[in-house]
Amino acid sequence: MSSIAAAWKRLPWWVEPMAVVFALTAFGIYSLTIVVFYPGVFQEYVSPFYSPEVGRPDWLPWFITAPVLILWIPLGFRATCYYYRKAYYRAFFWDPPACQAKAQQLDRPWARSTESYKGERALFVLNNIHRYFLYATIMVVAFLWYEAFLTVFTPDGFQITVASLLWFLNIVLVSAYTFSCHSFRHLVGGNKDCYSCIRGGNVRRKTYNFVSRLNTRHPQWAWYSLVSLLATDIYLRLMQAGVITDFPIIGG
Amino acid sequence: MDSNSAEQKDMASKAHADVHADEKAAANGKTAKLRIFRGDSGGGELVDYELPLVEGMVVLDAVLYVQAHQAGDLAVRWNCKAAHCGSCSAEINGKPRLLCKTRIEEFDGGEIQVHPLKAFPVIKDLVSDISWNYQVSKGIKPFTSDEQAPFTMYEEDVERLYEPKKCIECFMCQDVCHVLRTHHKHAEFAGPRFFVRNQWLEMHPMDNQDRLHDLKEDNGLGLCNITKCCTEVCPVDIHITDNSIIPLKERVADEYYDPAKWLMRKIRGNRGSRNGAAARNGSRNGN
Amino acid sequence: MASNGNRDTARERYETREYDVLIVGAGGAGLRAAVAATENGLSVGIVTKSLLGKAHTVMAEGGIAASLGNVDPADGWQTHFMDTMKSGKFINNWRTAEIFAKEAPDRVYELEQWGALFNRTPEGKISQRPFGAHTYRRLCHVGDRTGLELIRTMQEKVLATDAEVYMETTITKLLKSGDRVVGALAYTRENGKFIHFKAKAVVMATGGWGRIFKVTSNSWEGTGDGVVLAYDAGAELVDMEMMQFHPTGMVWPPGVRGLLVTEGVRGEGGLLRNSEGDRYMENYDPERMELSSRDVVARANYTEVQEGRGSPHGGVYLDITHLGYDGIMNKLPTMHEQFLKLADIDISKEPMEVFPTVHYTMGGIKTDPETGASNVPGLFAAGEVAGGLHGANRLGGNSLSDLLVFGRRAGEGASAYVKESVHSSDIAEGEVLTEIGRVLEPLKKQGEGESPYLMQQELQEAMMEHANLMRTGDSLKEGLGKVLGLKDRLANMKVQGSRLFNPGWHTAQDIRYLIQISEIIIRTALERTERRGAQWRLDFDGPDDELGRVNFIVKKDEQGEVGIQKREIPPMPEHLASLFEDKVVDMAGGEKRGAESQF
Ligand SMILES: Cc1cc2nc3c(=O)[nH]c(=O)nc-3n(C[C@H](O)[C@H](O)[C@H](O)COP(=O)(O)OP(=O)(O)OC[C@H]3O[C@@H](n4cnc5c(N)ncnc54)[C@H](O)[C@@H]3O)c2cc1C
Ligand code: SF4
Ligand code: SF4
Ligand code: FES
Ligand code: FES
Repeated sequence: MSSIAAAWKRLPWWVEPMAVVFALTAFGIYSLTIVVFYPGVFQEYVSPFYSPEVGRPDWLPWFITAPVLILWIPLGFRATCYYYRKAYYRAFFWDPPACQAKAQQLDRPWARSTESYKGERALFVLNNIHRYFLYATIMVVAFLWYEAFLTVFTPDGFQITVASLLWFLNIVLVSAYTFSCHSFRHLVGGNKDCYSCIRGGNVRRKTYNFVSRLNTRHPQWAWYSLVSLLATDIYLRLMQAGVITDFPIIGG
Repeated sequence: MDSNSAEQKDMASKAHADVHADEKAAANGKTAKLRIFRGDSGGGELVDYELPLVEGMVVLDAVLYVQAHQAGDLAVRWNCKAAHCGSCSAEINGKPRLLCKTRIEEFDGGEIQVHPLKAFPVIKDLVSDISWNYQVSKGIKPFTSDEQAPFTMYEEDVERLYEPKKCIECFMCQDVCHVLRTHHKHAEFAGPRFFVRNQWLEMHPMDNQDRLHDLKEDNGLGLCNITKCCTEVCPVDIHITDNSIIPLKERVADEYYDPAKWLMRKIRGNRGSRNGAAARNGSRNGN
Repeated sequence: MASNGNRDTARERYETREYDVLIVGAGGAGLRAAVAATENGLSVGIVTKSLLGKAHTVMAEGGIAASLGNVDPADGWQTHFMDTMKSGKFINNWRTAEIFAKEAPDRVYELEQWGALFNRTPEGKISQRPFGAHTYRRLCHVGDRTGLELIRTMQEKVLATDAEVYMETTITKLLKSGDRVVGALAYTRENGKFIHFKAKAVVMATGGWGRIFKVTSNSWEGTGDGVVLAYDAGAELVDMEMMQFHPTGMVWPPGVRGLLVTEGVRGEGGLLRNSEGDRYMENYDPERMELSSRDVVARANYTEVQEGRGSPHGGVYLDITHLGYDGIMNKLPTMHEQFLKLADIDISKEPMEVFPTVHYTMGGIKTDPETGASNVPGLFAAGEVAGGLHGANRLGGNSLSDLLVFGRRAGEGASAYVKESVHSSDIAEGEVLTEIGRVLEPLKKQGEGESPYLMQQELQEAMMEHANLMRTGDSLKEGLGKVLGLKDRLANMKVQGSRLFNPGWHTAQDIRYLIQISEIIIRTALERTERRGAQWRLDFDGPDDELGRVNFIVKKDEQGEVGIQKREIPPMPEHLASLFEDKVVDMAGGEKRGAESQF
């Protein structure tokens, strides 16, 4: 593992930002395409993209499909996430693309001048809305857990299949990502200076410490949950298309 | 080394002899090559130096060797040689590093280029003028408490303050931060080092000052786009972005960017609850 | 500008700055003095050779000693006082030690009031750890970076005052008008500009002179400038023969030889073993073992290696592995990092190799305990540069509290002096120009010359060889010859380059101090013909009661030579002396052995 990390470090500095550009773009295109053009619900399972199901008023334009009505929540959550912000400021805006002297020397052709930099003071000040996306996402995550349980407690009785395992893996990773959020960390304890001075302080401190530990891996959770989301969706899609059949482990 | 010599004088000088034995044993004929920036505010160039390689040598040892034997006026800062003081910051192969903590062996005989910190004006060779940092520091509201020491303060309340307190003021985070280095926002931006300081001040259970306004307006917290270069270079592993900057951004958001909080404050008409100061007063201290 | 005949310097321009109090040194002592003086409403200038916050104080690891009694309620100033006196082998100034022990707790609490954060006890108080030869657990600490906490707190405190700080500026001479010190001359390291500081009072807080030895825990700054500047100005010095060797310095790799391994390692339970695996401290101080006083442990380590029971690199083993990774990361994280990064050793798995290293200077400027005043009017001193508190051996952790207790007192003393005085701080301009001329000499020298770096190395090696932790008369005399030889060669020094940040030139200034101090140390070491604390004469057996009642006082005599005077220590007053009588039974074990046994 450490040798992989070492090898990664030895790559030229632009590899990482380019990889991020590629991964995020691909994911963006894929998710938009499917939610707009393939808004179907599968027989037994729903793709995590489409959960929870909401009613769609008819007067909406065609591209606002039911999933789109939900998807803006996790998308907005990720778009304003402190980690993804770092990732796209570096990869898409090249500000800075990497930390080495060489990378920072580059002139960004699209920047008017180096002095015109505003950071998160101008447009990106809107990223401060992140905590509201967090509140909404927590609700979505609750629904996802519910859906995950539906995959094992089906009308036909209890069953565990590869699909439901994928569902659970996904929801665990999504939860890890959500609850390692910096805004969540702030909410549970980061906003307090003294735990022993407040009622319930000890519980808050313990929660805060737990979230802090999760938080150190926040970027990893961000990527793992993205991949698992994709994997679950693709698996279900292949299943529906009849390319593979779901493999039951228990019951079914 | 023969040890049965009982001569007093010999005994008194043994330690000395040992020192030399070590160095000779370590030298074994290998050499280290270094390219060091020589110049001043008017510009300069990389100059090659070659010197005997001693086992375990750090870049600072090599620079001091060059200074003693080849270039007496080579300017470099150092004090502790043990990564405690933060004096010897410079850029090695384009990355800010402590000269005293960077082993020559790490480079496997590859090129070692040493430059001064570049986010600040170069004075000479490896020395930059970092006095700006002390001006920023002077502008931060110092620790102030209503309580009288000895404080009754519990480990669980202060454990997260040890991390920012580790800072050795090497200013390498300041050097690598693009807001200073590329965008030259020295007039509006305090830099990661001082967010670290603000963080422990703000989170200290006994401090009674509010620095959020200063952070937002004078220290330019919003200019930081959390791209984490500072965290990457901190020699004492302070997670500057995650544990200092983002928590401060969240607190500033509480105060200035959260409509619900704003409304609540309007209704309740108080601002003091943020610190839990009311709860704190008189409860834990003063016994 | 008045001409003094030297055309080169006649054209030399300099700035003049005026303060009520000028503070030389920005370690803990200097900064605390500055706070005291500004609190008195005086204007204060602080001069330091390095950047703010980088003085030796930042390197202190173990902790700061004060009898708070947080973990051992039985502790009190009396015990701290007695420990300090006993460790100093009773040649300390008892009044200084009394004030010290009484005021140390206040200074620690004051730090806390100013934002310093110490590790806590479960009751929410400042935690205290055991240290060598302290009867009780007494060292307030934060991990192993207590000095950093102290200096950063003081630095931030000072930045919040009106005191002006001159970073990277070196004082080269104290200026006098009549018999009073009224200022100093300095040059900036950045570009070699000269500054004439006019001041009603000067506080010396320049730290120690460990750099006279090759293997040392001190940085380049530890060149003892202050003590020589004061000596040149007519100040009396005390106990100059007493140099502390810290028992545990790193030995490998060569580049870090001498780097400190904090006593905190032993405080947290670290064990010393020789190559045969024996805990040999049993043979030297079975009572206190690893936590014996520094002089005893240092000699024990030294002897084990001399007698062939050393490690491959010529040290002994210091083992803290039983604390486990978590314990070490909690209590000694810096040490863990230091060994891992610099020596490829994981101290949670392997023992460290250690050997004594030069660490601290007990002697220094003789000061009045109440005010920090020297015998020269207008000159005050505090911190490591002052002598008297520690006697023949300093206890670990006593230095940091010393800095604050006497830093404050010197600041107050200087303030009181300034408020009473009406003298002007003018001096003849010629004096400034002559000094500037002298400072510039190595840069202007024509023809062949000697390298200051190599001269410094030569001196350090000579001192290692002749004035180490075991001394003999013959070897000392031989060393004196070498030092005086170097002194004669001072004028040959030549440096290349310009005045712009030129370390060669800076080193050329330091060398003068190093050589002068070495001479003084050797001469006083020749006078103290006994074994007492850090002064260990192999050619004499044990302590000499007669010499135990005197200090050696050094003062520049009329001929400009080192004048040494034996001065009787006044008897302890009843209220202090009686402390030792009461506790005679309690303390018997460690104390008696400390004074009488070989080690
Ligand atoms: C590695 C190490 C670990 C230590 N650990 C401990 C410990 O755990 N506990 C403890 O109590 N003690 C410890 N000590 C000892 C203690 O740190 C020092 O004795 C103490 O810090 C000295 O403080 P000071 O203020 O007297 O001087 P310093 O901190 O040495 O400061 C001297 C100041 O004077 C300035 N100066 C010097 N000459 C000039 C000049 N010519 N012109 C202008 N400025 C000048 C310097 O730039 C510097 O700012 C340790 C020492 C070392 C080296
Ligand atoms: S995270 Fe912020 S402070 Fe740190 S380097 Fe990036 S922009 Fe600068
Ligand atoms: S935060 Fe880290 S990188 Fe920045 S000055 Fe402090 S020690 Fe150096
Ligand atoms: S910070 Fe990443 S989700 Fe909130
Ligand atoms: S010299 Fe102190 S950090 Fe390198």
